[in-house]
Amino acid sequence: MAEICLAYVILGVTAYAIFGGADFGAGFWDLTAGTARGGGRVRGMIQRSMAPVWEANHVWLIFLFVIVWTAFPVAFGSIFSTLSIPLFLAAIGIIFRGAAFVFRGQAATMREAKVLGAMFALSSVLIPYFFGAAAGGIASGRVKVGNAAGDMIDSWVNPTSALIGVLAVVTGANVAAVYLAGDSERAEQPDLVEAFRRRALGSGLLAGLVAIGGLFVVRSDARDLFDGLTSGTGLIMVIVSAVGGAATLALVLTRRFNLARVTSGVAVAAICVGWVFAQDPYFLPGELTLEQAAASDATLTALTVVVALGMIILIPSLYYLYRLVLKGQLDQEFEPLDQRFRPLEAGGSPPPKAGH
Amino acid sequence: MSGWGAVLAAQDVVQTLGGGSQPDAVEARQMQALSLAVHIPIVCFGIAFPAMFLFVEGLYLRTGDETYKALAKRWSKVALVIFAVGVVTGTILSFEFGLLWPEFMASFGEVFGVAFGLEGISFFTEAIFIAIYVYGWGRLSKKVHFLTGIPVVIAGFTGSFTVLAVNAWMNDPEGFDVVAGKVTNPRPFDAMFNDHIWHEIVHMYLAGYIVCGFVVAGVYARAWLKGRRDRYHRTALVVALSFAALASPVQVIVGDWAARQVAETQPLKLAAFEGLTETRKKAPFTLGGYYSEKEGKVKYGIEIPWLLSVLAHHDPNATITGLDSVKASDRPPINIVRIAFQTMIAIGTGLALLGALFFVTWLRKKRLPKSRLFYLAVMLAGPASFVALISGWITTEVGRQPWIVYKVMRTEQAVTQADGLEIGYIFLVLVYVALAGGVWWLLRRLASTPPQKEVAH
Ligand code: HDD
Ligand code: HEM
Ligand code: HEM
Repeated sequence: MAEICLAYVILGVTAYAIFGGADFGAGFWDLTAGTARGGGRVRGMIQRSMAPVWEANHVWLIFLFVIVWTAFPVAFGSIFSTLSIPLFLAAIGIIFRGAAFVFRGQAATMREAKVLGAMFALSSVLIPYFFGAAAGGIASGRVKVGNAAGDMIDSWVNPTSALIGVLAVVTGANVAAVYLAGDSERAEQPDLVEAFRRRALGSGLLAGLVAIGGLFVVRSDARDLFDGLTSGTGLIMVIVSAVGGAATLALVLTRRFNLARVTSGVAVAAICVGWVFAQDPYFLPGELTLEQAAASDATLTALTVVVALGMIILIPSLYYLYRLVLKGQLDQEFEPLDQRFRPLEAGGSPPPKAGH
Repeated sequence: MSGWGAVLAAQDVVQTLGGGSQPDAVEARQMQALSLAVHIPIVCFGIAFPAMFLFVEGLYLRTGDETYKALAKRWSKVALVIFAVGVVTGTILSFEFGLLWPEFMASFGEVFGVAFGLEGISFFTEAIFIAIYVYGWGRLSKKVHFLTGIPVVIAGFTGSFTVLAVNAWMNDPEGFDVVAGKVTNPRPFDAMFNDHIWHEIVHMYLAGYIVCGFVVAGVYARAWLKGRRDRYHRTALVVALSFAALASPVQVIVGDWAARQVAETQPLKLAAFEGLTETRKKAPFTLGGYYSEKEGKVKYGIEIPWLLSVLAHHDPNATITGLDSVKASDRPPINIVRIAFQTMIAIGTGLALLGALFFVTWLRKKRLPKSRLFYLAVMLAGPASFVALISGWITTEVGRQPWIVYKVMRTEQAVTQADGLEIGYIFLVLVYVALAGGVWWLLRRLASTPPQKEVAH
C-alpha cells in the first residue's frame, strides 16, 4: 500500500513538474519577451494558451500535498517546518502569479497589462526555483525528522538546491516553448512558431548542459543521491531522460511539435521517477524510510481506493479538457484576450469590442 | 513542551515530531484565521454562483431569450475570476497546514487526510469544467454546454463537504484511538462522517447561497436605484434575490439544529455562546451585554428566562452545562465567542425577514417591492451576510479553543517551531490587501462593460 501511495506522490510530482512547469515556463518567456511592442504577440499567445488550463494544471500541487500529508504525515510535518522559508516564498509567489495572470486578462490599457505582466512573469520564475530548491533540500538529505529540526537556511541554500532550482526553471521553459510552438502552429501564426521554436531549441540545449554539469554538483554535494542516479533503475531513468531530451531537440528541429510535446514530457517525468528510485528505500534520505514514513494501513488503503475512484472521474475529464484545447475548440473564445492584446501590438487604445 | 505534562488529561496526545516551545503561536493563529477569513467568503461564490448561472442558462435554453444568455455568460465570467482567487487563497491554506501546524499534520494527517483526498479530486473536477464552461460559450452545442456546468455545481458541493468534514472532525474528533500518547488505529471514514459534519455542511452551503445571492443582488439593487430597470437588470436582481431569499429563512432553522448539536457534543462552547457560568436547569438566554470575567456573569444584557434550555434541548427543564464545569484554562475566550454568536443571530434574523418580505411581495403582487428602503436593505444585506459568515466561523473556531482537536490536542501543541512568523504575517497581510484591491478593480472593470456585448457574436 505504501508503494501505491508513493506512486501517487510520483504522479503528483511528475504531473506538476510537466504541466505546472510548462505554465511557469510560459511566464519565463513572458518575462523575456522584450518590449511591450515587440513582445506583444508572444505574450498574447501565452495568455491565450494558458487561460483554459492553468487552474487544472495547478491542482496537481494540491493533489501532491494532500497525498503526502495523508499517507506520509511525519515527513510532511518535517519537510514543511524545516523548509518553511522557500515554501512560504513559493506560496506568496503563487498568489501573485495567479492573480496577476487573471487580472491581466482583463487589462484594458498597456500600462495595466505591463505592470500585471511583470508580476506574473517574475513570480513564474521564482516559484519553480523555490520548489526546486526545496526538492534539492529533501534529495540531499537536509530535512531532519522533527518540528523544524533541519537547518532553516542550509536546507535550501546549498549546491544541490541551487542546481535543482535552476533545472526546474530551465526545463519548464523548455516544455513551455515546445507547447507554445505547437499552439502557434495551430493558430496559424508562422512568426510565432519560429519564435518559440528558437526558444525551444535554446532552452533544450541549456537544460541538457545544466543537467550534465549538475551531475558533478550532485556528486560532490550529495554523494548518495549521485550513486542512486548512476546505478540500477536510477541510471535507466537518467538515460531515458537524456534520450527524451535529445529526441525533443530533434523533433523541434524538424518541426514535429506534437510528438515533441510527448518527448519533452517524458524527459521531465523520467527525472522525477529516477529521483525517487535514487533515494530508495528512503522517503527522507538518511532519516526516514518509506516504511517508517507511511501512515497506518487503514489510511493507506482508504486513500488508495479514494484516489483510484477519483481517477475514474478525473482522467476522462482531463482528457476531455485537453482534447478540446488541442482541437482548438476553446480557442475562439479567447477573442477577448486576443483582442485585448492587439492594441499592445499596435500601441493604440483598446478596440471597441474589448469588453467581452 | 515539558510543562504541559502535568496539566494534560489522559487523552492528550504527545507531539509526534517532539517539539519544544514556540514563541510565535499567536502569529500562527492569526495567520490561519486571516487566511480562512479571506478564503471562505470567496468560496461562497464558488458554491452558489454556478447554480445561479446554470439556472439562468436553463431559462435561456427554454425560452431562447438572449437576455438570459447575456446574463449567464456575464456571471460565468465573473465566477471564473473569483474561482481563480479561490484557488490561490485555498492553496495558501494548504501551505499553511504544513507551515504553521506541522505537529498537527504529523499526528493526525492519517486520520483526516482522506477527506482532503476527496476534496482535491472535487476541486480538480471543478477547475476542469469551469474552464470548459466559460471558454466553451458558443463553441459547444447548447445542450453540451449546459451539461458541462453541472459537474461544477456538484464538485463545489462535494469539495465543501470534504473540507468541512475535517473542520467538523476537529470539533468532534472520532475515528482513532490514543494509546500512550500516540494516535493509533485511524479509521478515516469514521473520522469523515462525524456528528458535526451534517449541520456544518448544510449551514455553510446555505451560507454560500446567502452571501453570493445578496452580494450579487446588492449590485443590481444599486443599479435599480440609479434607474437601470431594463429586463436584464430586473432578471439579474430577481434571480439573485430569489436564491438568497429562499436560503435565509431556512438558515435560521438549520442554525437551531447546529446549536442543539453543539449543546450535545460541546456543551462548553454553548456555555460560551451564552456566558453561562453555573450549570443549571431553566437556563435563560441573555441578549446583548458583555461577559465580565471577574463577576462570572453577563452584564447589561437582557435576560429572557428559560429560553436557552428551550433552544438547546426544546425543553425548559433541560440542564445546561456551565463554564464552571472546567478550570479557567480550559475555557474559550467568552466575549469573542459570545459577541460573534449574537451578531450572527441578529443578522440571520434580519436576512430571513428581508427574504420573506421579498417573497410575499413577489408571490402576492407579482412584482418587486416599490419602496426605496427595500433596495437599500438589499444593498446592505450583502456586506451583512459577510459579517454573519465570519462571525459564524469565529463562533465555531474560537469556541473550540484552547483545543485544536477538541479535548485531544491543544492549539499550542500543534504549532510550528520555525521562527520569524511575524515577518511572514506582515507579508501575508500586505499580499491580501493587494489582492483585495485587485479583485475590486477587476470586478468594476467587468461591470463597466455593457451586457449587450455578451451576445454580440
Ligand atoms: C450567512 C451566514 C450565516 C447566517 C445568516 C447564520 N449563520 Fe450560523 N454559522 C455560519 C453562517 C451563518 C457559518 C457558515 O459561518 C458557520 C460556521 C461553522 C458552520 O458550520 O457554519 C456557523 C455556525 C453556527 C453555529 C456553530 C456550529 C458549530 O460550532 O458547530 C451555530 C450554533 C449557529 N451557526 C447558529 C445560527 C443561528 C441560530 C442562526 C440564525 C438566526 C445562524 N446561525 C445564521
Ligand atoms: C482549512 C481549510 C481549507 C483548505 C486547506 C482549503 C483548500 C482549498 C484549495 C487548495 C482550493 C483550490 C482548489 C483548486 O486548486 O482548484 C480551494 C478552493 C475551494 N474551497 Fe477551500 N479550503 C479550505 C476551506 C474551505 C471551506 C471552509 C470551504 C467551504 C465550505 C471551502 C470551499 C472551497 C471551494 C468551493 C473551492 C473552489 C474554488 C472556488 O470556488 O473559489 N474551502 N480550497
Ligand atoms: C475546514 C477547515 C477550517 C475552517 C473552515 C476553519 C475556520 C476558521 C475561522 C473562520 C477562523 C477564524 C476565527 C477568527 O477570525 O478569530 C479560524 C480560526 C482558527 N483556526 Fe480554523 N478552520 C478550519 C480548519 C482549521 C485547521 C485545520 C486548523 C489548524 C491546523 C485550524 C486552526 C485554527 C486556529 C488556531 C484558529 C485561531 C483561533 C483563535 O483565534 O484563537 N483551523 N478557523
